[in-house]
Amino acid sequence: MAETADVLSPETVHQKFKEHGVTHVIWLPDSETNFLFTLLNADPDLHMVGVGREGNAAAVAAGLYTGGAKPVVLIQNTGLMESGDSIRGWLKSLKIPCVMMVGYRGYTRHGVTTDTAADFTEPFLNAFQIKYYLVESDSDADRISVAFDECEKVNGPVAVLVADEFHGFNR
Amino acid sequence: MMETADVMKLFLKYRDDAVVLSGRGGRHWVPITDNEKLDATMGDPAMGGHASYALGIALAQPKKKVVLFDSDGDIHMSMGMLATIAEQAPTNFYHFMLDNEIYATTGGQPVPNAKVVDYSGIATACGYPKAHSYSELSDLEVGMPEILAKEGPIFVHLKVAPTIENTPIGQRKPWNNRDRVKVVQDVRGELIGV
Repeated sequence: MAETADVLSPETVHQKFKEHGVTHVIWLPDSETNFLFTLLNADPDLHMVGVGREGNAAAVAAGLYTGGAKPVVLIQNTGLMESGDSIRGWLKSLKIPCVMMVGYRGYTRHGVTTDTAADFTEPFLNAFQIKYYLVESDSDADRISVAFDECEKVNGPVAVLVADEFHGFNR
Repeated sequence: MMETADVMKLFLKYRDDAVVLSGRGGRHWVPITDNEKLDATMGDPAMGGHASYALGIALAQPKKKVVLFDSDGDIHMSMGMLATIAEQAPTNFYHFMLDNEIYATTGGQPVPNAKVVDYSGIATACGYPKAHSYSELSDLEVGMPEILAKEGPIFVHLKVAPTIENTPIGQRKPWNNRDRVKVVQDVRGELIGV
């Protein structure tokens, strides 16, 4: 019998962005999020800003917020770690509310990982005092709303760790 | 070669109601500005981010001129942003770059290959439709009004004299009269009324 996987669908993420009034998505893709990019890019109300280095995404988001827009950052955990000083300086220090959707490369539910990107992701977020929420499937999607609310409360970045990488990588 | 203070004074004549990101020229801009509420005077939250931050404001406020005074060290750190800015092509974006060939705030160490790098050439190769380069104030006096009268994005390379700071950061006299959170609040308030 075929298994019906409980996955996080791109449409769910897109819907959450719409619910929370996102205007701009600053992104640098990983290998698993192309489907999401295609969906977001087709939405004429969402402005996509592609960057060549994830650290730049933090500063672009800060500028968009300063100008009155509502940005989301869409990157992989490897890029999150690359962005450390930019997140510190442009999001934390300036008190910019911003959700960062972070592909959790290497995550496994059973905890046995073979990818150091996964090993260091949560320690990195803890070190930078960034709250995070794990989202593995559509049934977790409410946590995306929690993250949007939380970033407004703390006036800073909040991460959503996308642990299924949109393709059932964790199955 | 120009003095940064002279560049900022010249720009002030043509500022109008632009949002100004004075970047490394901030210490020369703060004393002369005519509209502090539209000055995103950040100093250096994290090196390499000024162009990204300015792009964000320009995209959020497409009807407002956004003028950035970037630096060579910042450009070196985030050269890929030139391609992003060119792709986004904000017509309200004016990207000036202060090139003093050194890392002035850390004691004057050389920027890699500073005397050779063709910044305007890189900008146009990344897709900026227009780029200029100036090393004399008299030429910039002629060029400045023409540049600001055109649609962006425009890249303007400015060769300026270095002012080296060689005291520990903690001992320097702050030149910014507002903290960065206040700056964000002021600019945001002025732009969207919150």
